[in-house]
Amino acid sequence: MAFFILRRFGVMILTALCLTFVVFFLTNLAPNLEKLAKTQGNARMSDAEVISWLDRNGYGGPLVMRYGEWLGVVPGWVRYDELAQEWRGRCFEKGGSPEDAPRYCGLLQGDLGHSTVSDDEVANIIGGRLALTGVLMFWAFAVIVPSALLVGVLAGMREGSRTDRVLSTFSIGTTATPEYVSGVIFIVLLASSQTGISPLLVQWGWLESGTLFLGSARSAMDGPNFWNFTLPVMTIAFYGMGYIARMTRASMAEVMTAQYIRTARLKGVSFRNIVLKHALRNALIAPFTVIMLQFPWLLTGVVIVETLFNYNGFGWTLVQAASNNDIELLLACSVVAVFVVLVTQLISDIGYVYLNPRIRIS
Amino acid sequence: MEPLSWSGEIGLLLNPILLAAVVVFMAAFVVNIALSLGGMRPGEMVINADHSLTLRRGPVDYSLMTMRYAVLVVLLVFIGHIIGGVVLNDPQRSGIIGAMAARLTPVWIGLVVLFALSISFKRRLGLYGKLFDSPIGMTGFGLVMFWVFAAVFVQSIAPHGPIDVISQMRNELPGSVLPAPREGQYVYYLLGGDNLGRCVFSRMIYGAFEVLKIAPLATLFAFMVGITLGVPAGYFGGKLDIGVTFLANLVLAFPVILLFYLLVTPEIVAAGIPNYLSMVLFLFPILFLVILFNSRYRTQPGLRNIIVAICVGVGGIAYMSLISDASDPDLPRLFRLWPKALDLFDVPGNLLIVFVSVVFVNSPTVFRIVRGMVLDIKTRDYVAAAQTRGEGPWYIMLWEILPNARGPLIVDFCLRIGYTTILLGTLGFFGLGVSPESPDWGSTINEGRRLLTIYPHPALPPALALMSLVLGLNLLADGLREESLKD
Repeated sequence: MAFFILRRFGVMILTALCLTFVVFFLTNLAPNLEKLAKTQGNARMSDAEVISWLDRNGYGGPLVMRYGEWLGVVPGWVRYDELAQEWRGRCFEKGGSPEDAPRYCGLLQGDLGHSTVSDDEVANIIGGRLALTGVLMFWAFAVIVPSALLVGVLAGMREGSRTDRVLSTFSIGTTATPEYVSGVIFIVLLASSQTGISPLLVQWGWLESGTLFLGSARSAMDGPNFWNFTLPVMTIAFYGMGYIARMTRASMAEVMTAQYIRTARLKGVSFRNIVLKHALRNALIAPFTVIMLQFPWLLTGVVIVETLFNYNGFGWTLVQAASNNDIELLLACSVVAVFVVLVTQLISDIGYVYLNPRIRIS
Repeated sequence: MEPLSWSGEIGLLLNPILLAAVVVFMAAFVVNIALSLGGMRPGEMVINADHSLTLRRGPVDYSLMTMRYAVLVVLLVFIGHIIGGVVLNDPQRSGIIGAMAARLTPVWIGLVVLFALSISFKRRLGLYGKLFDSPIGMTGFGLVMFWVFAAVFVQSIAPHGPIDVISQMRNELPGSVLPAPREGQYVYYLLGGDNLGRCVFSRMIYGAFEVLKIAPLATLFAFMVGITLGVPAGYFGGKLDIGVTFLANLVLAFPVILLFYLLVTPEIVAAGIPNYLSMVLFLFPILFLVILFNSRYRTQPGLRNIIVAICVGVGGIAYMSLISDASDPDLPRLFRLWPKALDLFDVPGNLLIVFVSVVFVNSPTVFRIVRGMVLDIKTRDYVAAAQTRGEGPWYIMLWEILPNARGPLIVDFCLRIGYTTILLGTLGFFGLGVSPESPDWGSTINEGRRLLTIYPHPALPPALALMSLVLGLNLLADGLREESLKD
C-alpha cells in the first residue's frame, strides 16, 4: 500500500511539473509578452524597444531558465539597469539591493510573483478569492452529495420501476443543462421583477417587494445568506448532481442483483432493511470516486457561475487574469487548479482501494 | 398591424384545454403521491380460476392513468398548435407559436417522413430500427433530428438574417411588428429583438447551424484520434501504453476551462499553435484509414494499392488544404508552402482553434474508453482464433476487436456530441474563439444575460435550444444503450 501511494505521488509530481510547464509555455509565448510590454510600458513601442523592455524586466532569458526561476530551483535574475541607475531583480522590489534579497524566489519558496494588473502580490489576491470560492464549493457540495445519492439510491433500488424511470429522466435532464443555461433559466424564473414567479408573489401579497432571490451574488461576498446565495449554489448543483446520481443508480442497481441480496430477501428481511443495511454501504463505493473526480468539473462550473452571478472568487479571478494577460496571476490560478485536480484524483484512487477490500495492491 | 399574441385565435380554443389538462395532471400527481405515502400499492395481476389473467386496478392506477391521459392531452394541444399554425399560415390569427410552427414547416415534413419511413421498415434497419421500440430513444432521436432539419433548412426557416440589424427593434418584445418592412420582408420579430435589434428567432435557428456544423465533426475527429491511439495501446500494452496513458492523463488533468483560456486566445492564434496542433491531430484520420484498409486487403496487393492510394491522395489534399493557408501572411512559413491552386478551402484561424481544442479535450477520454474495451476484448476466444490463424496485429485490432466494441462506442459518440455542444456553448459564453457577431447559442446567451432581469427574451430561446439538443442526444444515447443491451 505504501509503495502504491508513493508511486502515485511520484506520477502526480511529474504530471504537475509537465502541466505547469505547459501553462508557463503558453502564457509566455512571444505575442503574450509583446502585449505585456505594450500595456506595461508604452503602447506604441517599436519591436526593438519591446525586446529591450522584456530584457530589462527579466523576460529575456531562455524559457526553461525562466520556468526554473518561477519554480524556485534556479536563482532569480538580477541585473543592473543602466538607464535607471539601479539594481533590478526578480526577488526584490524596484530600487532594492540584491544583497538583502533571497537568492531563490519561486513557487517552492511560496512566492507566487506579482500581479501586473492589480499591482499587488499574487498570494494576497488569490488567498481571499480562494476562500470565497471555498464557501461556494462547500454549499454546492452540501446540496449535490445528499440529493444525488438520494436520487440515485431511490432510482436504483427498483430498477425499471416507474420511480426509476422518472428519476433517471430527471438526472439525464440535469446533465443536459449546463450552468450557463440553468443559471439563465433560474434568474428569469426566480430573480426577475418582470417575469417568472416573483411578480406573481408580489401580486398575491406573499412577498413584500422585489424578487424571490437575488440574481447577483455580489453581496454574498460579504455575507452569504439564503436570499443572495441560493441561485449560484443551485446552478452549480443542478448540473453537477445528474452524473453522480446516474453513477449511484448504476452501482445500486448492480448491488441489488447480487447474490447476498437475494439471500437476504429469501430469508425474509424487509425491503427497507435490505436497502438500508445490506445494499447501501456497498453501493456507495463507486459514487465516492465519482464525487472526488467531480471536482475538476465543478471548477469549470465555478468559473461560469462566478462570471454569471458576479461573484469575485477564484473562477472570476481566472477569467480576469486570462483576459487581461496577467501572466503571474494566471499561472498561480493554474497551479491551484492543477493542484486541486491532481489531489482529488489521488484521494479518489487511494480511497477506492481503501474502501473496496476486493482490490488489494500486491 | 398589431403585435402578435402568443397563441392567437387557436389559443382561444386550445388554452382552456391546456389549462384543464395541467390542473388535472397536478391534481392526479398530488393524489398519487398521497396514496403512495399512505401505503397504497398499484394493482396486481390476479390469476383467475380459468387460468386467465385479470389486472385489478386500484386508486393508484386510476391516478396514474389520469396523469398519462393529461400528458397526452398536452401533447395533442401542442400538435394542434403546430397543425393550426401550418394550416392557417397567418400570424395574426395563429399567434407567435403558430407562426413559428409555420416557419418550421420543412422541419415537420422532414420529421414526419423520416419517422414514417423508419417505423415502417424498423425490423430491417438493425440497431437504428430498434431505436423505434424505445419511447425514450424515439423522443431523443426526434429532438436531435428537429435541430438537424432546422440547421439543414436554415435558409427557408429563418425569416431574417443572423446579423440583420433593425435598430428600432432593439429589445422589442416577442411578436413585435417591423416599423417599415420592405417588400417581401417578414414583418414580425417572432421572438423579439436582442439588444442590437436582431431577430432572436432567426439567430436561434442560425445558431443550430453553427453548432451542428462543428460538434459532430469534431466528435468524429476526437474518435479517430482516440481509436488510433487507444487500440494499439490496449492491445500491445507495455511502454507504448504507459507513455500514451500518461499523455492522456496529462490532458485530462487540465481543467477544461483553463485549457480553453490558454488555447483559444488571439495571441495563441497569432503564434500559430492551432495550425501546429491541427497538423498533428488531423494526421490521425488519414493514418487510421490507411491502416484500416491496408490490414484488410494486405493479401490482395492490387486492390490494396488502389484503396490506399485513394486514401492518401484525397486525404492528403484535404489535409494540406486544411492546415495551410497561403493567403495569411501572419502564419509561420511552414503553413504557406502548399501551392494555392491545390488549396481547396481555407478555414479561418478562429474556427480552426475552436475545432482543434474541442478535439483535443475530447480525444483523451475516448482513448481511455477504447483502451479499456480493448483490454477486455483481447482476451476473447475469437481474438485467440485470429492469432492462431496468423493474422497480423493490425488486422486483429481493427477488424476483429474494433467492430465488437462498436455498441458502447456508438452510445458514447451520441453522449459526446452533446458534451461537445456544451463545450462550444461554454466557449461562446466566454466569447472565446467565435466572432462577436456569431449567432451560436453560447454567445447569444452571453449577450442576453446583461439585461436578463429586464428583457429575458433574447437569452432564453438559445438556452432552451441548447438544452433541448443536448437532452435529445442524451436520451438518444440512453435509448441506444437500452436497445443494444436487449439481445
